[in-house]
This record gives sequence, C-alpha cells and structure tokens, in this order.
Amino acid sequence: MAAAAAALLLLLLAAAAGPGRVGAGRARRDALREELLLSPLPAGDVAATFQFRTRWDADLPRGAGLAVLLKAERLFHSSYHSQAVHIRPICRDASCLAVSWELRQTLTVVFDTFSSGQGKKDWSLFKMFSRTLTDACPLASQSKVYVDISPKNKEKELLEVTPAPASVYEAIVQGDKRTYAVYDLLSPSLFNTSRSLNVQLKWKRPQDTELPTPVLHAQRYVSGYGLQTGEISTLIYNTHPYRAFPVMLLETVPWYLRLYVHTLTIITKGKENKPSYIHYQPAQDRRRPHLLEMLIQLPANSVTKITIQFERALLKWTEYTPDPNHGFYVSSSVLSALVPSVIAMKDVDVEQSPLFTSLFPSSDGSSYFVRLYTEPLLVNLPTPDFSMPYNVICLTCTVVAVCYGSFYNLLTRTFHVEEPSRGGLAKRLANIIRKFRGVPPL
Amino acid sequence: MAAAVPGACWVRAVAAALLLGCCGAALAGGVQDQAEQFFRSGHTNNWAVLVCTSRFWFNYRHVANTLSVYRSVKRLGIPDSHIVLMLADDMACNPRNPKPATVFSHKNMELNVYGDDVEVDYRSYEVTVENFLRVLTGRIPPSTPRSKRLLSDDRSNILIYMTGHGGNGFLKFQDSEEITNVELADAFEQMWQKRRYNELLFIIDTCQGASMYERFYSPNIMALASSQVGEDSLSHQPDLGIGVHLMDRYTFYVLEFLEEIHPASQTNMNDLFQVCPKSLCVSTPGHRTDLFQRDPQNVLITDFFGSVRKVEITTETVSLDNDLAGFESNLPKDELATEPLKYAEQLPVAQIIHQKPKQKDWHPPGGFILGLWALIIMVFFKTYGIKHMKHIF
Repeated sequence: MAAAAAALLLLLLAAAAGPGRVGAGRARRDALREELLLSPLPAGDVAATFQFRTRWDADLPRGAGLAVLLKAERLFHSSYHSQAVHIRPICRDASCLAVSWELRQTLTVVFDTFSSGQGKKDWSLFKMFSRTLTDACPLASQSKVYVDISPKNKEKELLEVTPAPASVYEAIVQGDKRTYAVYDLLSPSLFNTSRSLNVQLKWKRPQDTELPTPVLHAQRYVSGYGLQTGEISTLIYNTHPYRAFPVMLLETVPWYLRLYVHTLTIITKGKENKPSYIHYQPAQDRRRPHLLEMLIQLPANSVTKITIQFERALLKWTEYTPDPNHGFYVSSSVLSALVPSVIAMKDVDVEQSPLFTSLFPSSDGSSYFVRLYTEPLLVNLPTPDFSMPYNVICLTCTVVAVCYGSFYNLLTRTFHVEEPSRGGLAKRLANIIRKFRGVPPL
Repeated sequence: MAAAVPGACWVRAVAAALLLGCCGAALAGGVQDQAEQFFRSGHTNNWAVLVCTSRFWFNYRHVANTLSVYRSVKRLGIPDSHIVLMLADDMACNPRNPKPATVFSHKNMELNVYGDDVEVDYRSYEVTVENFLRVLTGRIPPSTPRSKRLLSDDRSNILIYMTGHGGNGFLKFQDSEEITNVELADAFEQMWQKRRYNELLFIIDTCQGASMYERFYSPNIMALASSQVGEDSLSHQPDLGIGVHLMDRYTFYVLEFLEEIHPASQTNMNDLFQVCPKSLCVSTPGHRTDLFQRDPQNVLITDFFGSVRKVEITTETVSLDNDLAGFESNLPKDELATEPLKYAEQLPVAQIIHQKPKQKDWHPPGGFILGLWALIIMVFFKTYGIKHMKHIF
C-alpha cells in the first residue's frame, strides 16, 4: 500500500507552468475538455485521474459526461485521494500576443480493488464508481477515457479490456513507454451496442507484483519526543541508473517548531552533500513560519537523507485548538525536479491529448518536470492540562473555606443564653392534653 | 290554540330572518377571514441558522441531528443561500467512520443525511461562540463571504436550531467554551433592536435545554426545548455498525413530524408542541410562547421551516431601463503584447545557483542591541568619569 502510494505520489502532478514553447496551437474559446485516465497499479490498485479543462470557468454540469462518476461515497472509499485546481495563462493563438486563462481541475483517486474485490484483481467502472457512463457532457468539446494497457515485458496477452477500444494511443509517460486504450465518448459508434459504457479489465494470467520504482520519490518523517528533542528527516531517492540531476526542496515549518539550522545535515551515500543553493528565512513567533529552500544534486542511484533538529515551543493557552491532543500539522515539503527520462520523448500535441501534456509535461523531450509533495507530519506539542484552572480553584476554595472559615468562626462566634419561649398556641394545647394524660409537659 | 298559530308563524319568520342575517354575516366574515389569512404572517423571507456545537467522534449524533434538520429545511424550500450551517466537527471524513463521506441518521444506515450537496458554512474550529454571536448580530468583518452571513431584515422569519451538550443556563461549544442564556438573550435583543428579524423560532436539543430560553426578553420569539431544567435529553438509537448513537430522541421525533409537512400544509405550532411526549422522549419537552404576539394556533409550521413565498401576479408589462443596451461596450479591451509571450523555465538551475545574494539594507541597531550598548557605555562612564571621553574621540 505504501509502495502504491509512493508510486502514486509520483504519478500525481501539479504543473505550475507548461512547456516553454511558444504558441500552444489554436484552441477555441469556451472549450471544455474532460478526460479520465485509469491506470492499474501492479499491487491490484487502480488509479483514476479525472481532468476537466476549460477556457473560461464553466460550472461542471452534473448530469452527464464524466462528472456522473463523481459520487462522494465511492470516491472516498479509497486508499488515496487528491484534488487540485490549477489556473494558468495560455496563449490565445499561435502568435501568442494575447493571453487567455485556463482553469484545470483534477481529481486523483487510488482504489483498492484487491481487498474490496474478493481477492480478484479484475475491475470495472461499475465496481469502482457504482455507475457507468451514458453519454458525454453536452458542453464538452472533447470527452475521453484512457485505460492503461501497457504490456509488461513485451507480453501481449496479459490483460483484456472490454469493450474493445476504438483506438490505441501510445505515449511516453515519465520515461516509460505506455499504451492506452482510448474511448471517445463523443464518437457515435461507442454507444451503438449498449446504452452505457462499462469499461472492464480482466487479468488473463496472474502477474508478478513487482512495482517499477519511479525515478524520483521521497519520504518524510518526524522523530524525537519531549520538549527538546525533535528531528525532521527527509529521504529522497534517485533510482536512475546513470544520470544525476538537481532537485529543489522547499520546506515551510510552523514557528512553534523551532528549527536549529546549524544541525541541518545532508548525507548522500555516506558522505556529506553540500547544496548548490540554500535560502533560509527564520520564523517570527506568531507571524511567519520558517522557510527553507535548497537545491540539492542527487547522484545516480542514491538515497539522500536531509535531517534538521527542532525544539517545540509552548503556546499560550488560548492558542491551542479545542482538540490539542490530536497534534499539530506540518505541511508537506515540495520537491521540484527536471527528471531525465530513460527513453527520448517526442513533443505531444496539446490539442490531441491535453491530459498528457499537462499531467506529464516535457519541454525538450529529454526530461520531464515533476513536483512531488511529501507526507504532512503530525507533531504533538506539549499540551497543558486544561482542567487544571478548575481543579486549582476548587481545591483552594475548599482549603480556604475549611481552614480560614473555621478559624474565623471560632474567633468571631459569640454565644448567648436563649430564654426558652413560652410556646405558641399549639404547644399550650398540647400541654393541656398532656396534663390530662398525666404525661410531663413539653 | 288559535292565538298560538299566528305567534308560531311570527316566530318562524323572525327565526328565518335571523338565520339569513347570520348567513350573510358569516359569508362576509369568511371572505375577510381569507384575506386576513393571506396577510397573517408578516414575513417575506425565511432564514435558518443550524448549529452543532460538539466535537469528537462520540458526538456523532449532534452532527446527524443538525444535518437532518438541514435536509428537512431544504426540502421545504429554504435555499442554501439562506441557511447558515455550522458544524463543529467533520464526521463524514473522520478516520473512525467506517463509511466515509456519509452521516447516517437511522440505524441500519438507511438515510445518508450528508449527501452530495451539503454546504457547510462554518466548519471545525470556526464554530465558536464569537462567530455564532457575530452571525446573529451581523457584526461581521467585511471580508466575510456572503454564504457566512445572516443577511436578514425586519421581515425575515428565522429558525435557530442548536444542539450539543448543555447544562443549566449554558451550552458548551467544542469542549472549550460556553455560551450562557444571558448572552443569547442579549444577542436576540440586539437583533431586535437592529430589526434583524420579524419572528424567531428557537429550538434547542440539549440537556436542560429549557434553561436556555428562560432569559429571553425580546418580542416575537417562540422557543422549544427538548428537556426541562434538571432533566437530561437522551439519545435515540445506536448503530452497531458505526458504533455510536445516531440521533437524539427529541430531534428524531421532530423529524418524524416534519416528514409529513409539505410546503402547502396547514399544520400549526400547537402540533409541534405535542411532538415528543414523556413516554417517548423520557424528558419533558418545553416551550415558551409568552413573547410571541400571534397565537401559536395560527402559526404555520411552514412559516419557519419552509420558505413559502407570497406571490403577486400582475398582467402589466414592466419596461426595463433603455440604457442597458449600451452596457456591454464598457468591457475592458485586452492589451496586446508587442512580442510573443512564452513560459518561464520551470527549474532554471543555472540561474538559481548563480544568483547573487540579495543586498539587505543597513538598518541602525535597535531594540535589544541598542539597549545593550547604551548600558555598556553608561557603565563605562559611571566607572571612569566623563573626562575619559577623550580616550575614545
């Protein structure tokens, strides 16, 4: 699961700027494009990536197209879930003198079909989303479903996809040659046989569960307990066999974790690795978090460990959240890198397959841009016992009342003799009756 | 005998005349009644403020309470823009929820009240006493989005529903603060003085809920509570699959009652007061109507829970402003660049490595350093005397 999630951390992207070429082709205004990419991960999970791109912000129509699959109860029943909104300027036409704005919404979900599918790794759209596709969105100019059917080890008959795809698309994704079966929801021939499209994938032979490791992946964890000892460690893996490349690491740590920058160590293959560029902005209490930005060279086939120690600060008691024992979150660190690819990639036309250019952008074919987010950390701060003020007030008031109060009573209480009253009417009547009975009076 | 007959005739005639007269009066009274009914309640719009004040997984039922009332109120017509929903915790995405993205209100997971289109305005740590009072009184910072405001006016009927843990005179917010009945009463008085409501229905489902409405003193408020002072409100049914109690009894029976209400129903408030008798609820629900000007008999449930609009149909045409035709030409024209634009490089490694460090402006020392140096100089002169200054200059 962790391996699948790590693999997915790589598959997941947020490209801040597209490729550096001029004029991304002629695209019409008001064009909504929706795409769904399904990639089975070897451990049995399926990664589904939805993408909706539009030139102007159009509200996602709910009743048709791919949005029909977005039902919360199935989407949140998954191992991993990520949503992103990107807005970027793009060229309006080939001459690129004017700029239009592009809004891109992506949703990536990893379904664990193995554990929910009773031990079989076969999946279908209906099993994952409990719905099938009936037609394309009426506002969409393009509506496609891509299913990853890349053969491993050149074996062709490993899996079978039904219904048979109308076309097959090959792309080099992150240095790996992948084959996708394409279902175009706008083509009239797709819904000829049945009204709904339910893509199913069956594995013909049990395949090995070896996971191809991505070229760049990272992990972060926190160690140390108590007020003084704490350490944040980041591990960055470069699994490329012969190429080294730099990676930019950006960390923002909240002010209540006081970083000791003199303890920052970067170790690769047992030796110290000095970063090519380092920028550090210290935190100001309650105003600004720490900002640490480094450009680190990763040698080929290596693991780099970056550690920095910190000390926890005591917050004022009004600054604690209503559930402070849950812990406080430290946001993920961001790694940006231009990863060299093993296979040369050709330029992909933006018009034909917008999903691939935005999810896996590449500027010159030899490397692709990757932005990774590590896990967020949960750190326990020293939490005071919030019931103590109440306890102290009760205890001191009791002590004061008992000790001082009794002392005060002893000193100030005066005693005087009280005349027995003659009694009211009822008492006199009772006495008369008692006299008759011969009993002593009250 | 002979004298009785003309008398009987006369009596019959008078009786007939009287009857006719009565009928006529009744008919005229009927029309007037209908007209009166049309203008019975003086409100033109409806708002709802639904608050769940409890945090943590074992208070699942409070969130389910609030969401069920939210669903009913939406079903009867109040739109999301007129509902301020405050939920102190996210049960749907809680790691302990065996069915993520759902909040159930009936056991055996029959009814998912979270759904796909819930709009929570105040979530998690934002549900505080301060925010709640700001919503009610309208003293909100100008940057607050519209969905978080209660934009009611003097013709609004507002439904305020609160649930959580409470005690005699207070309601607990998120296990860290409380709101007292005096504060609430003062907030309502502020609302009245700012003319922020026409009529207000306050429903509270907590332990000792009746204590919360004891201190109200503003007019046009009707209040319902699930239990009296000294009594606990109990929860309804646990679900063994989820592991917590799903609803509170009072709200459960109120919702059962509301299931039968539709936008055109004529059920009135007296029926709502009877909703949960002691046999079902174990606690004694209470209500308070002395501040309310109309008779509860005449108040429809849909006056508060629904959004029934009074529509006036007109057959004359209204002409819009002629100046609107020239409006579109005021859009700004896009500026064209002189040379083609292109994207910046994503990771310009060479530039990053070779950038010069930013020149920081020199500031004279201040604060601690200045004080430290001033102290050192003062001590020096005190020890050696001022005439030794020539050693420095």
